[in-house]
Formats: sequence, structure tokens, C-alpha cells
Amino acid sequence: MATAMALRSFGRRTSIAARGFSGSCETEKAAKDGKPINLFSAINQALHIALDTDPRSVLDHLVGYFLFRCRLIINRVGSLFCAYVFGEDVRFGGVFRCTTGLADRFGRSRVFNTPLCEQGIVGFAIGLAAMGNRAIAEIQFADYIYPAFDQAFTAAPMAYSTKTEDSIVNEAAKFRYRSGNEFNCGGLTIRTPYGAVGHGGHYHSQSPESFFCHVPGLKVVIPRSPQQAKGLLLSCIRDPNPSIFFEPKWLYRLAVEEVPEHDYMLPLSEAEVIRQGSDITLVGWGAQLSVLEQACVEAAKEGISCELIDLRTLIPWDKETVEASVRKTGKLLISHEAPVTGGFGAEISASIAESCFLRLEAPVARICGLDTPFPLVYEQFYMPTKNKILDAIKATVNY
Amino acid sequence: MAVLARSSSPSSLSKLLRPHSVSSLRSFSSSAADDQRVLTIETSVPFTGHRIEPPSRAVDTTPAEILSFFRDMAVMRRMEIAADSLYKAKLIRGFCHLYDGQEAVAVGMEAAITKRDGIITSYRDHCTFLGRGGTLLQAFAELMGRRDGCAKGKGGSMHFYRKEASYYGGHGIVGAQIPLGCGVAFAQKYSKDGSVTFALYGDGAANQGQLFEALNMAALLDLPAILVCENNHYGMGTAEWRAAKSPAYYKRGDYVPGLKVDGMDVLAVKQACIFAKEYALANGPIILEMDTYRYHGHSMSDPGSTYRTRDEISGVRQERDPIERVRKLILSHELASASELKDIEKEVRKEVDDAVAQAKECPVPDPSELFSNVYVKGFGAETFGPDRKEVRSVLP
Repeated sequence: MATAMALRSFGRRTSIAARGFSGSCETEKAAKDGKPINLFSAINQALHIALDTDPRSVLDHLVGYFLFRCRLIINRVGSLFCAYVFGEDVRFGGVFRCTTGLADRFGRSRVFNTPLCEQGIVGFAIGLAAMGNRAIAEIQFADYIYPAFDQAFTAAPMAYSTKTEDSIVNEAAKFRYRSGNEFNCGGLTIRTPYGAVGHGGHYHSQSPESFFCHVPGLKVVIPRSPQQAKGLLLSCIRDPNPSIFFEPKWLYRLAVEEVPEHDYMLPLSEAEVIRQGSDITLVGWGAQLSVLEQACVEAAKEGISCELIDLRTLIPWDKETVEASVRKTGKLLISHEAPVTGGFGAEISASIAESCFLRLEAPVARICGLDTPFPLVYEQFYMPTKNKILDAIKATVNY
Repeated sequence: MAVLARSSSPSSLSKLLRPHSVSSLRSFSSSAADDQRVLTIETSVPFTGHRIEPPSRAVDTTPAEILSFFRDMAVMRRMEIAADSLYKAKLIRGFCHLYDGQEAVAVGMEAAITKRDGIITSYRDHCTFLGRGGTLLQAFAELMGRRDGCAKGKGGSMHFYRKEASYYGGHGIVGAQIPLGCGVAFAQKYSKDGSVTFALYGDGAANQGQLFEALNMAALLDLPAILVCENNHYGMGTAEWRAAKSPAYYKRGDYVPGLKVDGMDVLAVKQACIFAKEYALANGPIILEMDTYRYHGHSMSDPGSTYRTRDEISGVRQERDPIERVRKLILSHELASASELKDIEKEVRKEVDDAVAQAKECPVPDPSELFSNVYVKGFGAETFGPDRKEVRSVLP
């Protein structure tokens, strides 16, 4: 623990260097020192910490020539650079109150509103991140992320050019690769609320995570609870790769959990087994975890022991943990809100069929959203509800 | 320009009939034609042009038209207030964006154009739908996701459509409808039927890149597209000057001419739309910036009072309200008495209440509607049950 503390304070001083840790960061599973807070407050806490630990230094008042000459040195020292939070209406706290109080504490130069221009927001964030900063951009709803889609793909591998037209997919995702590691936008984190809320209709309910999972170079992270959200968000922000952090908006107010007040991070690309079992492996992420958990409880009443895994990071995903579990149980069920066809469940299913073919005792089940647009009416029919999952658990176990 | 404008004799959205050539009737001052006599009213704010000579401030209208403006706007205002309470009663789900304050834009525009001219707008689309001839019942049923809604209850607040009146609907993503509108205009240009498309967007959407992409294409191809920026001064919770380096949206087309219009004055809107339609048919795209105001917040989750003062809202209500302006006009020209106007408002209120009651009785769509309209039936599409194996059904 002392080492961890020392490392953390060192990390504060050498923020750039500290970005390389996502695989080796400290994990704090027991949250005994925490206060019960909800998900949006946990995100808010994480953002406060991110801005606090990555402060604007005196050095950045120096401009122009000197700055240019010093860039190399400064890059190593890492003290010139800074974290920023921006997006539509974030200065006032954002529609979900996640950024409340940030502007008052850190100033309007670091926490600011943007016009309604998603492609602009993400492209801007990539540029800011490419200069070594931590750019924490908010897209107000995941449903609005599509205009910025192009930019995200760029953030992973690209030769440096003045082109700015593509965003998430063509810019963010490919920056490092195509520039032969000369440039990158690893400091980029896009936060965006995703998923159903019970009455969101077509454009405030979608789960677009699988589109982004088709892009090598990006990290896609989805937390299931306040405690997870804080730790994973801080990891995303400090990870040296561009990441998209989907926040389950259904849980913003609903999920309350004890969250440690201090700065902690949870490892990316590491799934968590949150319930041990022997009959079937259930895999999910985000808000779907609570539905899966309810199904586990119901199944247990009928004598079925389910192992529940929260994938947490979708790409690069923790294949080993899922494989180990399937080798034990011989059965797999995957559940997500996005439509079943082409969802990330398909990738998991195919990978597991490949690596655990001889261990599988039943076809992999996918309980997901239906292949329809997200409906305004009959949302419950569309959603992968507890009973649908329970049915599929029984069908798979009794196969 | 005013003479030209008059000869185009636009149709009104009102049920009241208007003769095609207003000026010819002026000499016959029979009592039947009394409410069709031509009144020329000056707009209080002059138009400001960008790369174009603005139209005259003198707008020709008739008593009948002014009274229909009053009624139509009163219906819209009442509908939005009813929608507000239905949302709070959780009868409207999804998201809901109200138009009250901006009624003059929808009504003035309709007075200038025909139902063959296209309109495409954003998610703040309820009143534009009424303007296009949609009924209150269709509107409320759609808001509540009921079968009799204009999109069979499958669209909800943000997705009102009316094909027979060339209403290409409400679109959920900020700015996404503008390029679509230009596509519609291209089809119209091709068909040479003398119709144009009005693509409406807000001041928030004016900062979207796709506006400029669409504008460039429209100008290259000389499309009969009229880009209408309904500037209500707040893009969600951000004031226009915080979001736009140049909040003079009518100038932002650069090479495309623009016109700034008092969007709280229904007659000014009408005049501008007549002018713009004529211009667009002859020359290609034009931008109209309607200076307007929304009384409600951006959506129902926005109280609308955190980023602006209550004084500002009540100031606009007192000084610029589009309905009150028409009321004053009617009273000063003695077209109707104050009590007659009150009666109209009572009538409107009842009409709205009846429509709400009727819509509440309306059944929800059939469950099979969840799967219909995803693909065209009979083209090999199939739908699956939750396990994707056991339960299969053919699309309805």
C-alpha cells in the first residue's frame, strides 16, 4: 500500500509517464472507507480527481518558441500538460449532473461548453490529446455519437496530417499506427451515456458499443456500478490509449454504492467474476449486469448455479477469464441491450466456440435486444429482460 | 418586390378560404368580401439582408387571414401546454420538446407556401405538424404512443410526419435534417413542379458541420432549398453567443444570401417566406434567420431557468409574444372584439381538451408493430425470439 501511495504521488508529478500503467494499476475491490453515492456522483468524483491530479502547471504560461524547443523535455517531465473536460452544457453540470462543480473549481478554461457539434468536439479532443493533454470529451447521449464516428476511428493509427475531417473511427483510433508512433491521442477519453431508461424512445436509448469494438486502437469500457465507474473512468483517462467510456444512464441515480473517496483505478481489459457458479457462465456489461444478477438469483432457486462475469472492457476484452469460466461450466450465455445481430456478443460467442469447442455442452446463447430499432412503445419486448434470460439459462442448462 | 410577392398568392393553412387574386376583389366591397379586403400592415422590425435586397416591410393580408393566424397560434400554444402536463403525468414518454413562443414561424410559413412545398424540421416538430394540416388527435395520440398517432404511435414526440402535405417530419439528431431537406429540394428541382423545401433547424444546429456541407451542395446545384434557422437564442442550455462566433446566422451561408426576420411577427415571417420561395425557385438556396424565442426549456428535463433569467422570459412574453401581437393588431383594426377573441380561446381550449381525452382512449399499437417497418415485408427478413433459436416469426 505504501508503495502504491508513493507510486501515485509520483504519478501526479510525472503524469505522462504514468499513463502506461493500465495493466498494472492498483485494484481496490473492498470499498470499506467509502460513502454511499450514486453513479453520477461517482463519475463527478472521478472527474474532480482527474482534473486535480493533472493540473495546469506554471510552465504552460510560457509560449511560442520556447515551448516548441522544450517540447521534448517537457513531454518527458509531463508537467506542461493538463486535463480538460468539455462537451455540450458541461459547464453547468451537464444534463445528468456528472460535471457539476467542475467549472467552479477548475475554471472555465479547463471545463467548458462546446457548440452542438459532435464531430467538432471529438476532433478537437483528438488534437488536444495529440499535444499530450488529457482530453475528456462528453457526448451528451451515445445516440448522438454517430456524427463523431469518423473521428474516433482516427484516434488509433494515423500519419500526422492536417486533415481533420474524420473523427472517432478514422482519427482517434488510427493516429498512433499511421504515424509510426510519432503522434497519438492516448489522452483522449470520450464519456457518453448509453442504454435504455424505460422511456427514452429511439434517440435516447441506444447502445452503440459494438460499432466501436470493430476498431483496433480504441478501448471501450462500460462500468456496472458507481464504485466501478469511478475506478474505470480514472483508468480510461490515464490510459495511454484513446478510450470510449459508456455510462449506463439508467443507473445514474438508481445505483447507489459505497465508493472510496480517494484516487483509485481499476484495471482495464480485466473482466471480473462477480458470482461463482458451476452450471453456466453468464457474460454481460454495464446496466445489464443487474438484470443478469437477478436472473442468477432466480436460477439459483431452481438449483442452477450461474457464474456471472462483468466484462468491463469490451476491447481489448479479457478472453482468458471468460474461457476459464466456460471450460469449467461448459455453457455460455451472453446478454446485452444492443440488437443481437452484429452485437459484441457475437464476437464473444465466436471466440469461445473457437477456443472452447470441445468443452461446450450447449450452443452459446445470446439474449440481447431485438433486431429492431429501439422502440418507443414495447420497450419491454425489445429488452433482454430477466425472464428472457432465465428461460435461456434453463434451455441451455437442459440442452 | 412587394408587387411580385402579392401575385404569388400563397395559400393559407386556415380553413377559411381566400380568393386567389386578392387585389381584384378590393373594388367590390360587398359584405361577404369584407373580411377578404386587403390590409397592408408594416412589420415593426425591418428585414436585414445579406447579399440580397430585403423585401418590403409592408405586408398584404386580410382580416380573415389575421383572425386565422390568431386561432392557429392559439391552438398550437394550447396544445403545447397540454403536452407539458401530459408529460408530467407520465402519459408522454420518451423525449418532448415544446414549441410555445415560436408559433409565428410555423403559422407565417404556412401562409406563404403550399402543401406541395416540403417542410423538414428537427425534433421540435409538433406545431409544424399542425400547420401542415395534421389534427390535434393525431398529434396527441402520437405523443402518447397510441395507434391513431400520425406515425402509428411508433415515432413519438420527435417523429411527426405527414406525407400528403409534404411534411418530411421531425428528426431526432441535431442538424441531421438539413442535408435531407436539400435532397428533397433536388428531387423537386428535377420534377420542375415549382415547389421548394423549407429545411428548419435551430441556432444550436447552425454550428453543425453538416449544415455547411448541405449548403455547399445546395448552392452548387442551385437547389430550391430554403434553410430556415429558427433562432430561439439557446442551443439546449447554451446561449447563442457562447456557442457561435457569429450569431448572425443569416450571414453564415457566406456565398448564400440570407435574410434576418422577426420570427415573433407572423406577418414578417409570411412576407419573408413568400420572398424566399420566389428567390429559391429562380436562383437557388437562401437562408432565413427567424429571430424567435422558446418559453419552455429545451426539453422536459430542462426547467429552462438555469441559463436565463425569469425576467428575460417574462419580458419576451410581454413585449414580443406572437399571439399578443396579433391580438393587438386585431383590436386596433377592430377586426374583432376582445370578448370575441376570448371566445375563440375558450373554443380552442375545449378542442384541445377533447383531443386529449380522445387520444387517451386510443389503444396502443399492436405488439406486432414492434417488428413491422424494419424491412419491407416479403424480402426475406425474418425476426427472432429472444433466444434466436426457438422462437421465430415472419414479419407482419
